[in-house]
Amino acid sequence: MTMSAIPEAATKSGLSRRGFLKASALVGGGLLLEFHVPNVRAAASAKGEALNAYIKVMPDGIVTITAKNPEIGQGVKTMLPMLIAEELDVDWTNVRIEQAIADGAKYAPQFAGGSTAAPLNWEPLRRVGAAGREMMVRAAANAWGVPASELRTGSGAVMHVSSGRKLTYGELAAAAATLPPPEPSSVRLKDPKDFKIIGTSVRGVDSPLVVQGKPLFGIDVAVPGMKYAIYAKCPVFGGKVVKANVDALKSLPGVRAAFVLRGDAGAAGSTGPLDRLVDGVAIVADSWWLAAQAREQLEVEWDEGDTARDSDARFAAEAAKLSRQAPATYIVKSGDVDTALASAARVLEADYAYPFLAHATLEPQNCTASYAGGKLEVWAPTQNPESNRTVIARTLGLAPQDITIHLTRSGGGFGRRGASDYAVEAAAISKHTGVPVKLLWNRADDIQHDFYRPAGFHHFKAGLDGHGNLVAFRDHFVTPGSGDGPASSAFAGPDEFPSRFVPHMEFAASFIPSGVPTGPLRAPESNGLAFAFQSFLDELAHAANRDPLQYRLDLLGEPRILDSKDDRYGPQPDFNTGRMRGVLELVRDKSGWDARRKLPPGTGMGTAFYYSHMGYFAEVVQATVGADGTVKVDKVWIAADVGSQIINPTGAENQAQGAAIDGIGQAFARINIQNGRTVQSNFHDYALLRMNQAPPVEVHFRRTDNPPTGLGEPALPPVIPALCNAIHAACGKRLRRLPIEQGTLARA
Amino acid sequence: MKFTLNVNGESRSVDMDPQTPLLWVLRDELDLKGTKFGCGMSLCGACTVHVDGTPTRACVTPVSAVAKASITTIEGIGATAIGGKVQAAWLDVDVVQCGYCQAGQIMSATALLTRNAAPSDADIDAAMAGNICRCGTYTRIRAAIKRAAGLPMTDTREGPPR
Repeated sequence: MTMSAIPEAATKSGLSRRGFLKASALVGGGLLLEFHVPNVRAAASAKGEALNAYIKVMPDGIVTITAKNPEIGQGVKTMLPMLIAEELDVDWTNVRIEQAIADGAKYAPQFAGGSTAAPLNWEPLRRVGAAGREMMVRAAANAWGVPASELRTGSGAVMHVSSGRKLTYGELAAAAATLPPPEPSSVRLKDPKDFKIIGTSVRGVDSPLVVQGKPLFGIDVAVPGMKYAIYAKCPVFGGKVVKANVDALKSLPGVRAAFVLRGDAGAAGSTGPLDRLVDGVAIVADSWWLAAQAREQLEVEWDEGDTARDSDARFAAEAAKLSRQAPATYIVKSGDVDTALASAARVLEADYAYPFLAHATLEPQNCTASYAGGKLEVWAPTQNPESNRTVIARTLGLAPQDITIHLTRSGGGFGRRGASDYAVEAAAISKHTGVPVKLLWNRADDIQHDFYRPAGFHHFKAGLDGHGNLVAFRDHFVTPGSGDGPASSAFAGPDEFPSRFVPHMEFAASFIPSGVPTGPLRAPESNGLAFAFQSFLDELAHAANRDPLQYRLDLLGEPRILDSKDDRYGPQPDFNTGRMRGVLELVRDKSGWDARRKLPPGTGMGTAFYYSHMGYFAEVVQATVGADGTVKVDKVWIAADVGSQIINPTGAENQAQGAAIDGIGQAFARINIQNGRTVQSNFHDYALLRMNQAPPVEVHFRRTDNPPTGLGEPALPPVIPALCNAIHAACGKRLRRLPIEQGTLARA
Repeated sequence: MKFTLNVNGESRSVDMDPQTPLLWVLRDELDLKGTKFGCGMSLCGACTVHVDGTPTRACVTPVSAVAKASITTIEGIGATAIGGKVQAAWLDVDVVQCGYCQAGQIMSATALLTRNAAPSDADIDAAMAGNICRCGTYTRIRAAIKRAAGLPMTDTREGPPR
């Protein structure tokens, strides 16, 4: 399945501006269209003057800037308005932020995914601000009868230097709002050396409310007359309700309604269970606790369907078997791998595997919906509001324009809230009952009705020449999918390193059909591929008896630009080996890599690099393996190249640190599937990293003359292989299968 | 059953099933939505409140068990000297990513600093290990606790010396 409205291109690797412009026509869908800056004016009033869809100026000079994208913890509610405020030329202390509602006409593209907020908005939102500034300048020029070229701006005011005159934006707002807005492409942008807001650390705009516990999140929404809903689904993915004791539930305390909703498996345009309603039992009560109590009495006969035969053990056994057979398809086939392997001085062979993973946002999935008279209002913690609109409209037979979607803050996203399952459930329950409802999943619902980071299996074979240089590389990748191709987020592209860096390469794939839903988890595809490829690469370096970091530098070779061959999601940006070399050298120097032999016995350093979402990341992990076979992650060093400008340094560092800690958590986590259902149910068996396990993370940015790119995801993939490589350095045990099992790392 | 609860220094009356967890009384009856639901099994700490000063998981605490106690939530913790310092430190260090766990983190951190004015890194680990941050802001939570305590913000756990 795919997420209908977050373009796969965005969820995978982000797009360069070049790629974006070209790709928009390919992915279509009305989301990745050209940037709109409609001229929305308010009548002159004390409420202030709207210069465009993003900027409103009050008479007292307070500027309200609209934050267009959903805030899921990645900091866009702060970072995107910084871009506008910079070019508008106002003081940040006079800026107030307002969250936009979902409005594709005004704010597209309006989603959180693919680490795309920075690259997609870097220039367009600065132009929004600069257009506002230009309107202020022209209003002042008209007022004074002087040429605009004689005027300067700063701190929310226009100055005529030669006469000493000054008007504040507040004073100019009414006149400015009557002017035709300039063409955004025509406005002049600041020289980066004149930036006053971009490049400074700006605290999260909602943080003062967060630390006081103010209601900001989807789960906090309350609307008059609201009831509370639970939706119980078949534990086996895709299962159907045969019958349920809903009549018995209706007499329980506080229960207002209990009923079966039928899924619309065949809905036209639906691409999978995350994009449509699936069968379930709704319980609506006066409080969520009473609904949860009633659920304890729920008895359902389910038709579990074919997926009941699925298990991760079956997947693993089937993958091992398929990996030794002829593949279903080739992702890369260059040179003559068989001949090169036959003549190689040394051949290495290894199997790598990683498990399914859940998202486990700390705020469980929830949504509030109010249906009345053919119109629906929704309050959604979502990464993907326009997909919510599409799915709800299709499922409930509503006109898209009759659905209003308010964007709440989300308690984490990680890709999970790109799906519309929980939103369409809330909408359907409200429509059925005719009252506003807040649907809230419990933790078991959330873990067991997720879509998962797909498990993967890699059978590697590589040949080295007499100097240890890599001459041939083969991978047979076995992944969830069908004869038609891979499941969502379960594949790889032809740029996967060392593709393009080895003369003979085969990257083949086979698919295992599965009813387990899969989809993007933070750094999709990359979060598994990095582990397998960068760990096996480490094995090659050791076989060659070379420094693993230097071995990577040598493989990258001289600084040069390589064309992308990955057109799965439209054109991708080129790969700059110099940028990757730069971060590898930086992390080597910052981590003390070259002095690692002085570490005590049982302690080691590992490294890895990975390119995703247009970001170049190299990382070093130091880990200590104890006599009891447990590993402690001592420290992580990150070196990153995300272009010329770190827009909000405090947010950037926080994202990179969090991604590394998330990645370390992933390395210890697993979802098991048995009889078509998820085994894990809560944080006792699906463990997330805790304070006492989280290492210090040092982050270094290498600024290069390239457009700024995103930070939500690309710091994550390399930390996992860097950790596994550190464990090998510490104790000699090579980890080829995730998760890492504490207590099993006996020193070799 | 009727209960008169003392929440953030105010007397609040509710009529509930005695087994109702305090979490849902706070959130849905008293409209104090700062205390968060994460797991329902005392595993994540998002629902941490103070009951007579002791950090307590509201998701597994029946309302009947706290009817005579003094309850402090994130909405009231800023009125205490240490709670206010902890909130200020959270902002100074810019801890927050999604923010969903932070009410619970602040409640646990305030309880720690109330009984231990100068916690070591090991003390912080022990007191905070019950609070999950899915975004991984642990580095900054640790720094903010030290800042609130007036301690140097350096992490002393960097592993074996070289």
